[in-house]
Amino acid sequence: MSDYYRREHLTHFASVAEGHPELARKFFDYYASVFADGTLSAREKALVALAVAHAVQCPYCIDAYSQECLKQGADLPQMTEALHVAVAIRGGASLVHGMQMLEHVHTLSIG
Amino acid sequence: MAMSTSQPPLATLAPASPPSLASLRSRRSPLSSPAHQLATLNQLDLDHTLSRGAFRAALAAAGYPTLQPAQPEVLQINLGKLCNMTCRHCHVDAGPDRTDEVMERVTAEKCLELLARLPAHTVDLTGGAPELNPQFRHLVEESRRMGKHVLDRSNLTVLLLPRHEDLAEWLAQHGVEVVASIPHPSRRLTDAQRGAGTWERSIVALRRLNAVGYGQGDPERRLTLVANPSGAFLPGNQLAMEREWKATLERECGVQFDRLITLANMPIARYLEWLESSGNLQRYVELLVNSFNPATVPGLMCRTIISVSWDGRIFDCDFNQMLELEVRRDDGAPMTVFNFDLETWRRRTIRTDRHCFGCTAGCGSSCGGALAE
Repeated sequence: MSDYYRREHLTHFASVAEGHPELARKFFDYYASVFADGTLSAREKALVALAVAHAVQCPYCIDAYSQECLKQGADLPQMTEALHVAVAIRGGASLVHGMQMLEHVHTLSIG
Repeated sequence: MAMSTSQPPLATLAPASPPSLASLRSRRSPLSSPAHQLATLNQLDLDHTLSRGAFRAALAAAGYPTLQPAQPEVLQINLGKLCNMTCRHCHVDAGPDRTDEVMERVTAEKCLELLARLPAHTVDLTGGAPELNPQFRHLVEESRRMGKHVLDRSNLTVLLLPRHEDLAEWLAQHGVEVVASIPHPSRRLTDAQRGAGTWERSIVALRRLNAVGYGQGDPERRLTLVANPSGAFLPGNQLAMEREWKATLERECGVQFDRLITLANMPIARYLEWLESSGNLQRYVELLVNSFNPATVPGLMCRTIISVSWDGRIFDCDFNQMLELEVRRDDGAPMTVFNFDLETWRRRTIRTDRHCFGCTAGCGSSCGGALAE
C-alpha cells in the first residue's frame, strides 16, 4: 500500500495539473468555491467532507479533513458523529437494496 | 485550500499527555537551550517541501530579498519569565520556578525613557505573567501618562490570585486593553493545554472583567481573546471563530468580549517539546513551510515591533527573544534599552530562521492576530 499512498502526494497535489493545466485550473477553482463560506459554514463543509472522505475511503482526504475539521474548531465528538452519518448511509444503502432481494424472492417463490 | 497542504495526524493536546508541571529549564531538558531548539528545527529534512524549508528562500521567491523594518509602532516589553501557570505550548518556557529572570526597576525606567522618544503608539506588556512583576503598574501608569495605548497580555488566572484581587478594576481605571489567552471555549481542550481547572478560572476572570466594563464595546475597556490551536494544526478563520465564540461564551457562560485574534503555535520551547514527544514535529513544520503565504509578509510584527527582554536587550520579536537572536549594533554588541539607536534599528535586517514559518503560514500570525484573508 505504501507504494501507492504517499503523504507527499497531498503536498504536491497541484502538480497533477501537468498533463492538462486548464482542466486542473477549472477543478481547483471550482474546489475553492465549493469550500468557501456560503450558506454552510467552512466548519460544516469540512465535516461533510470528512464524512464523504470515509465513504469513499480516501486516505488523502481523511488526512486533509481530519486536520481541516480541527482547524475549523470541530472536536472529536462532532467529527465522530459526522463519520457515523457516512457509516449509516453506507449501511443503509446496502440494507435498502434488500427491498430488491425481497421482490426477487417473492417473484421467484410459490406462495 | 486544505487539500494542497501536508497534514499531520489527528493529534490534539489531549489529556492522554498530561500538561508538564515544570519548565524545561527546571527539568534540565536539552530543549531549554535556544541553540538546541534551532538545531532541532534545522536538522529536519524538508527538501521535499515547497521552499525546501529555507525561510530566506521562501521570502526571496515572494519578492523580499531580505526582511526590513517599517516604522516602529509597538514597544513590547517582556517583563520576565515568571508565571503562575505552566502551559503545555508556552514559547517562553515560563513558570512559577523562573523567579530570577524578571525586569528590574532600572530597566523599566529605561524602557519608559525609550518610549518617550519613540513614535510608537502602543505599549505591549507580556511575559510570563507581566502582572506578577512589581514594575507592571508603574509601566502602565507612566505609559498611559504619555498617551500610549497599553496592552496587558494576561493569562486570566492571574486576576484571581489573592494579592491581585483589585487588578481587574485597576486595569479598567487605567484604560488598559486586556489581551487574554484561551485556546478554545471547550473546558477539556483548554485544560489539556493550560492545566486542570484553567477553563473554570478563566471564565471567572472574564466575568470579573465584564463586571468592571470590559467586553462591552468601550474602547477604553477593550477585551481581546487570543486563540491558539490545541494541537498540531493551523488556526481557523479569525472572523468566523470570533462570531462563534461570542455566541458560545455568551450562551454557555454569560461572558462577553470585544474581539478574537488567532495565533499559530510557534515550534519553539515547550510546544517544540510537545511536537517532538507526540511525533508531530516533522509534519507540523512541513505544514508551516508548505502553507507559506506571501501576503502575510508586509504585516509581520517583527517589522513594526521593538521587543525588549527582562534584562533590557532588544529583539525583532518575542520569539527571536526566546531564541536569543538579538538585534546587534554596528559594533556587534547587543542593542539594549541602555544604548538604543533608532537609526540602527531601522537599517537592520531582521533575523530569520525556520521558526519564522510559524508567522507566515496560512492566514499568518502575529501579536495582533491573522495577517491575511
